Amino acid sequence: MKSFIPNASKKETIKTTIFQPNRRQFIKGSLGLVVALYLPFGNKGNAQQNADKQIMPNAFVRIAPDNTVTVLIKHLEMGQGAFTGLATLVAEELEADWSQMRAEHAPVITALYKNFAFGIQGVGGSTGLANSYEQMRKAGAGMKAMLVAAAAKKWDAPESDIEVKKGVISHKGTANTATFGELAQAASALDPPKDVTLKPTAEFTLIGTNLPKLDTQAKASGEAVFTQDIYVDNMRYAAIAHSPLFGGSVKSFNADKTKALKGVIDVVQVPSGVVVIAESTYVALRGRDELDIQWDNAKAETRSTQQIMAEYLKQAQEPGIVAHEHGDIATAIESAEQTFTVEYEFPYLAHTPMETLDGVIRVNKDNTVDAWMGSQLQTVDQGTIAGVLGVKPEQVNLMTQLGGGSFGRRAQPDSGFAAELAQIVKTQPKGTAVKLIWSRENDVKGGRYRPLTVHKIIGSLDKDGNISAWQQTIATQSIMAGSPFAEAIKNGIDPTSIEGASDLPYNLASRQTSLHTMTNPVPILWWRSVGHTHTGYTVETMLDFLLQKANKEPLAGRLALLPEKARERAVLQAVAKMAEKSGPTAKGSARGLAVHKSFGTYVAQIAEVTKNKEGLPKVTNVWCAVDCGIAVNPNIVRAQIEGGIGFGLGAILQEELTLSNTGHVEQSNFDTYKPLRIYDMPAVEIEIVITDNPPTGVGEPGVPPLGPAVANAWRRLTGQMVTRLPFSKSINNTMAEV
Amino acid sequence: MKISMTLNGDNQLLDVDGDTPLLWVLRDELKLTGTKFGCGKAQCGACTVHVDGLARRSCVTPVKLVDGSTVTTIEGADSAQAKAVTKAWNALDVPQCGFCQSGQIMAAANLLTLNPDPSDQDIDDGMGGNLCRCATYVRVRQAIKDAAKELRG
Repeated sequence: MKSFIPNASKKETIKTTIFQPNRRQFIKGSLGLVVALYLPFGNKGNAQQNADKQIMPNAFVRIAPDNTVTVLIKHLEMGQGAFTGLATLVAEELEADWSQMRAEHAPVITALYKNFAFGIQGVGGSTGLANSYEQMRKAGAGMKAMLVAAAAKKWDAPESDIEVKKGVISHKGTANTATFGELAQAASALDPPKDVTLKPTAEFTLIGTNLPKLDTQAKASGEAVFTQDIYVDNMRYAAIAHSPLFGGSVKSFNADKTKALKGVIDVVQVPSGVVVIAESTYVALRGRDELDIQWDNAKAETRSTQQIMAEYLKQAQEPGIVAHEHGDIATAIESAEQTFTVEYEFPYLAHTPMETLDGVIRVNKDNTVDAWMGSQLQTVDQGTIAGVLGVKPEQVNLMTQLGGGSFGRRAQPDSGFAAELAQIVKTQPKGTAVKLIWSRENDVKGGRYRPLTVHKIIGSLDKDGNISAWQQTIATQSIMAGSPFAEAIKNGIDPTSIEGASDLPYNLASRQTSLHTMTNPVPILWWRSVGHTHTGYTVETMLDFLLQKANKEPLAGRLALLPEKARERAVLQAVAKMAEKSGPTAKGSARGLAVHKSFGTYVAQIAEVTKNKEGLPKVTNVWCAVDCGIAVNPNIVRAQIEGGIGFGLGAILQEELTLSNTGHVEQSNFDTYKPLRIYDMPAVEIEIVITDNPPTGVGEPGVPPLGPAVANAWRRLTGQMVTRLPFSKSINNTMAEV
Repeated sequence: MKISMTLNGDNQLLDVDGDTPLLWVLRDELKLTGTKFGCGKAQCGACTVHVDGLARRSCVTPVKLVDGSTVTTIEGADSAQAKAVTKAWNALDVPQCGFCQSGQIMAAANLLTLNPDPSDQDIDDGMGGNLCRCATYVRVRQAIKDAAKELRG
């Protein structure tokens, strides 16, 4: 068994222990007795982020006698490269050889493994690497100091004469050498250092290089274990039927046909629906489809998305709560030479990770609970499972599994999935494990979408062609409301509703951004790049349009509006050079430019677009320049940006979630909800603009500029400004000029 | 019903409901978990296996249809094409979340078996049924080209 495969084995030969990582200890692992070296947690559970105060390394690094170094990863690995990225930080300071590095998910112990950006164990908002950057380096440096001390003691030499390089510890001037594994046990008997010094950036040998990813081999061989692959003894399989309307609930049901099926064990009702429990997944799913359920729709949303959109559009006619304002917007509009009004419509979008939501939970006879899930907000899921099952959170051994994609879907502020599964488990005998896999239909119709959103922008040009007024009104549901992050809402403004619009980087003479927070029963969620999914599109298409109306070039026009120190400048200039270098635009094509900052990372893209046989955009090339500070692993940065481009392109071309005129979701599977496929993927070129700013995230920032870059190319190619998404729906929705 | 097949080179005898999709027999019965459930209706390709040498969506293949057949899953994929594809996949670090990758690799190996020198268009056509929500497509394309080149020698 590979050590980077998470804790649950297929046959459950290993029982994971909830350990006490505050002390050095021995752990029984798959390789036999593994010496575990844990460095004590400095400020007992009191996280600190001050760079000037040292955060002492803690329970992140384990060295085994076989000389492997395993890094315990506190964040869900869902494809973003957390295993490799965080292990790189440790290896750099530890002076390890990359071939000895392994990674596995850390257990769920919030005090030790919290995300400094949230205060809970969990990841999102592209914070994974950024919030671990110092912590993991210090963990590596602390471990190195202990190995050095052990070597000094063994060889009776001053510590200053001990060197560590590429996983080998040596004594200057003698032939003494040792591996980490050889000294691990001796080191574990020593006191950890009170303070560590980190390497200066210039001395990095691993950070900034294209190290091969630690999880590739397992994922390219079928060996990697996801939640779906967990099989434990005495396990039952569950399938669930949810209300077909949002806000509906079960009135009554008849399960006679289901119970007649061979292999059906039980049919139970939980708050979120009716569940079939069976001896196999197939029987559970078949049984689910045979259920006859009457639903109570008294509180359900029965409007169509068209009606919801109409409500939002009406609301957006007047400004809402002001999030940003400068200059005299009313006078600027009145005295403008030309004024343009554009209304944008964005649909609900589903995340559809390739692995649907799934989990396994078992209540043991001693009332402890084992849970296997690709959890992105572990503290919340652990607490929810404990609450439903009536135990303490620390009695729930939540074993984080590789996430088969997430894009935000596995970060559930209400722990909806974990609660549902725990409710099901509660109906079954103690000692029985239940595995729930959502069908794709459960997933597509199950809500938690990117919110349907309307923007209205009034943009004015003065007689010299300068943008004199920019009034932007947004109508959308609040993602933060009712979540553990609700305190981020200030003065009625959910920052995720306006991010990327209220703080747009351009110097404009007068500007106002305001928000109408809409409510309806359709559950929503953060979706890869969150508010930037729509704000990036509106800002960059409107700006591009106004520049064109003022006869200004897309690049020069943007640069003229950006402050001298804006980091957008370098990525804009870099991407323009890349596209220019590749040669002239192909005949029958056009190029569009967009730049957008999200999650601290600056991304500029140029898309080259032509028209396909169906009259829709065919994106042939995308050039992209990224400034994410120090790129810990440039290969992973590129992979994330490539993926973000594909994710963003799928969304604007064909993805939309619609409700019929009875409120039913009209899509159900990948035949009706259509993410990007390989034949629509453009050629992609990426340049990482080198800066020595601290690293910022790359999971999400590749998404926002793609839509507007394509839309701007399309407008320049066809004259059509697409304001109602996706493109497939309304390619001819041209703007009205006021 | 009783089913007999050659699975990853070994004889496999089963007594199951013949309507059960091959996918769930592989996973729930045989614990061959490299083959994934993604959609249940042949829309995503995560469940791709080889039946008598050709790519097949196991989620819509009743197990009774493979009685007497040779079935290969990612765990047993050791053809020259599968090896070359896997090697290229590793060299380019193709996987992100990794969930669809078994299916991608099985589809790519099948493509190279049928067409040793695929054009970009051939790759798009051959891989169009395999969804990757992480959009690893740029590297999928390149890895298939690299594998084809290696196979041609």
